[in-house]
Amino acid sequence: MGAEFVALSLPPMVIGVLVAIACALPGNLLLLRGQALIGDAISHVVLPGIVVAFLLTGLVATGPMLLGAAGAAVIAVLAIEAVRRLGRIESGAAMGVIFTAMFAGGVLLLEQSDTSNVHLDVEHALYGNLESLIWLDATDWGSLLDPVALAGLPVELSRMVLALTVIALFLWLFWRPLALSTFDEDFARGLGIRTGPLGLALVIMSAIAAVAAFDAVGSIIVIAMFICPPAAARMMTNRLGHQVAWSVLFAALAAVLGYVLAGYGPLWIGASASVSAAGMIATVSGIILGVAAVAGPHRTRNG
Amino acid sequence: MTLTLVTDRDTDLAARVASPLAVRGMTVSYGQTPAIFSVDMTLRAGAMTAIVGPNGAGKSTLLKAALEVITPLAGSVTVFGGTMADMRDRIAYVPQRASVDWDFPVRVIDVVMMGMYRQLGLLGRIRGRHRALARECLDRVGMSDFARRQIGQLSGGQQQRVFLARALAQEADIYVLDEPFAGVDAATEKAIIAVLQGLRDAGKTVLAVHHDLATVPDYFDDVVLLNTQVVAAGPVADTFNEENLNAAYGGRLTTARADPESVAG
Repeated sequence: MGAEFVALSLPPMVIGVLVAIACALPGNLLLLRGQALIGDAISHVVLPGIVVAFLLTGLVATGPMLLGAAGAAVIAVLAIEAVRRLGRIESGAAMGVIFTAMFAGGVLLLEQSDTSNVHLDVEHALYGNLESLIWLDATDWGSLLDPVALAGLPVELSRMVLALTVIALFLWLFWRPLALSTFDEDFARGLGIRTGPLGLALVIMSAIAAVAAFDAVGSIIVIAMFICPPAAARMMTNRLGHQVAWSVLFAALAAVLGYVLAGYGPLWIGASASVSAAGMIATVSGIILGVAAVAGPHRTRNG
Repeated sequence: MTLTLVTDRDTDLAARVASPLAVRGMTVSYGQTPAIFSVDMTLRAGAMTAIVGPNGAGKSTLLKAALEVITPLAGSVTVFGGTMADMRDRIAYVPQRASVDWDFPVRVIDVVMMGMYRQLGLLGRIRGRHRALARECLDRVGMSDFARRQIGQLSGGQQQRVFLARALAQEADIYVLDEPFAGVDAATEKAIIAVLQGLRDAGKTVLAVHHDLATVPDYFDDVVLLNTQVVAAGPVADTFNEENLNAAYGGRLTTARADPESVAG
């Protein structure tokens, strides 16, 4: 049990937790800013970016794919801002227009190009392949202390650690101006806080989370984690700091519980195959949100 | 001719240096038509000034432009003769209550602490003296009993008082308020005006967008009558008269008097 767990279940579970927290952290502020859809948007627009990167390089390699995804995310953010300002359209609608158009473009590109012999398809972009992120060098729990075995950890793990570190550092450093400008933008500007660049930086952090996460876990988890844990956390407390703590807890809980239920749940009810871990993690986060909406102590709003 | 121009410029420079907040040629546009056009405004130190004018006259716009909260098409601002960037610490701002999401997960005391942001910086530690100042500011607006409440649980008047407490925590020399009496109860209006007059008596300068024409002479020393452009500006005794009001409100003054709410905005 131990060896198998460490090699097959521990890495995807840890990666799932890291992804969930990396998305939930900026999700707290996006939600309060009425920008929660931005995570949804970014995780959709990475698809055309990946396809273009593949068509240009002919490789399904991490470097070009990340670059393509990041490029697409930047284009999408700029396009959303352009539609919002030039068309004077509310930001949710602008996001809806841009991300559906770009995702659809990505699907068309994918169908028209010859990707049949490589592992690149719409399902992969949506659900990822969390279960495949295994650690073959692990023999037992002792491998966690073995430098040689640790070098064989899935590359997605170190990438998510890096992304989460960057995001957490950003939020820690700019916590006060971020909270202030989210609550009262005019007052923040009156204090000399440059709310425009700060808001853009928050979106870039969200893009980092989405792009780093997409190829390990797909966009379903990303979309769910940007919204569900923070929204559930909001109903647990009336203080922003506590809300962030609750959201981290909910995100980690959804990742672990979802992974276990996907892997072992079907066996418990007599079915033979397991189900998509990404799908189950997203589902569990939705269930947590549902429970918080019914039983959370601070779910009533004033006006 | 040239000589006169130079002299005018010198006089104006002296006026701007002497003024806590001076605005020149301020023009702001949100679309095709300007919201405010070529506005000059020179606050008198230690006075309470009201900005008065009909709906859509650009009163809030003028405040935001004067604080460099929005970017104007043209115009300049001086604060005690210096630039806004150098003098921000001397200005406290109370935005319109309606501009904020009151469901935001934050407590009253945390809102007041926001006023100390420039003092605390990004990572400065909140110490006992900061908390003591926040409590003192809440006390001055009669809200100390509500420190631990979530802000959404307060009434409109109480929320406005908390906003004023946050401005007090900025310990500034100029207090700029956007519609501080809009939608508040009579007790709150009394409490706020008492605090503002206390500030004025302590030598601070107060500027407020105000919508109730009836109380202008009681509350304020100076008035700026605005309708996209400045119609008249100066001490209330000389400026706040029928003729100027008619010029500012056009034919709408009678309705405006009958229903003060209709000129809010």
